[in-house]
Amino acid sequence: MTLPCRNKSACEILDAYFIENRARMLDIASFLDRIDRYDGAGEAKADFRYKALTQALKLLSEREDDRTKALQMLFSDLSIEPVDSATGLKTTGAWEGAFHEGN
Amino acid sequence: MKAIDPHIHMISRTTDDYLKLAVSGIHVVTEPAFWAGYDRCSAGSFRDYFHQLTVAEPARAARFGIRHYCWIGLNSKEAEDIELSEEVLALIPEYLDRETVLGLGEIGLNKNSRNEIRALERQLALAAERNDLVLIHTPHLEDKLKGTRIIMDMILSEPRIKPERVLIDHAEEHTIGEIREKGFWYGLTLYPHSKGSPERAVDAVEIYGPDRVCINSSADWSVSDPLATLKTANEMRRRGHPEELINRIFYENPKSFLGQCPKFHIA
Ligand SMILES: [Zn+2]
Repeated sequence: MTLPCRNKSACEILDAYFIENRARMLDIASFLDRIDRYDGAGEAKADFRYKALTQALKLLSEREDDRTKALQMLFSDLSIEPVDSATGLKTTGAWEGAFHEGN
Repeated sequence: MKAIDPHIHMISRTTDDYLKLAVSGIHVVTEPAFWAGYDRCSAGSFRDYFHQLTVAEPARAARFGIRHYCWIGLNSKEAEDIELSEEVLALIPEYLDRETVLGLGEIGLNKNSRNEIRALERQLALAAERNDLVLIHTPHLEDKLKGTRIIMDMILSEPRIKPERVLIDHAEEHTIGEIREKGFWYGLTLYPHSKGSPERAVDAVEIYGPDRVCINSSADWSVSDPLATLKTANEMRRRGHPEELINRIFYENPKSFLGQCPKFHIA
């Protein structure tokens, strides 16, 4: 089912995409530094989104396969019951439920 | 190359964008009914919108030799207002028979609420009764996995709807496998930040193969790109994929899915 492209090697993929992904890493690093530099860094770092990002970085350094799906799952609402009302609910990009005390 | 964009919101784009599509080889587009960026306050606004989708927009597209089809439905973001949603649901059937309407869409969930589920249920019943195609909007970001699963369960519990007549859109790495396993078509959306990139879309094609996938721009009133499909075709070329496969993904696949509606015909 998979369609490996026979015309390219993994080293060619590295050549083609290295610089843009190096830049993405630097963007993430400078985003984290920026949070540290501004007032209220402690509060920001206690936010569930910051915690989700920290876990995502850990996951990237530890996992050796299927990283994209694992990251998607890390950011997902894993509950199954519908919510009673959508009024006032925002989409944040991470699931607060994953980072509640004792969770 | 020739391409079809099966999900693009042309009412939010300039006439210049039609020219760009035309000169770039996108001569067929399909436009789902969606959220306008603000909540509408009356059913009359939806009536005007459905008129724009079925009359004004095909005429604007035709000036550039582009065929414009659309989908009619109540989007999930506006399903929370029960009274308004009842009024809109009541007027949908009269638009579904118009000559460029392919089916119900984009219908689905946003925050996975009970009222959203209710409106979706009603529209799925309508699609089942009429044997219409369905274009599904799955929720954004953290809500996508849960919403995609609820939506698929709802559709599969309606035996009159065949999964191969449903395209579940805005699929991502954590939902593609389950959508495919259940026999639905899936859509990959090229939308900066909140959805996928050309690189990730091509990764998905490499991992899952070329069956039952359509790639779309979902270009609308926000940061988005009406030529995103062609840029993704170019990403396939950059990796050395053959033109035949590229044609299949960006032309033959949407043609096969959309062609299940007898109103869809392209030269
Ligand atoms: Zn859309």
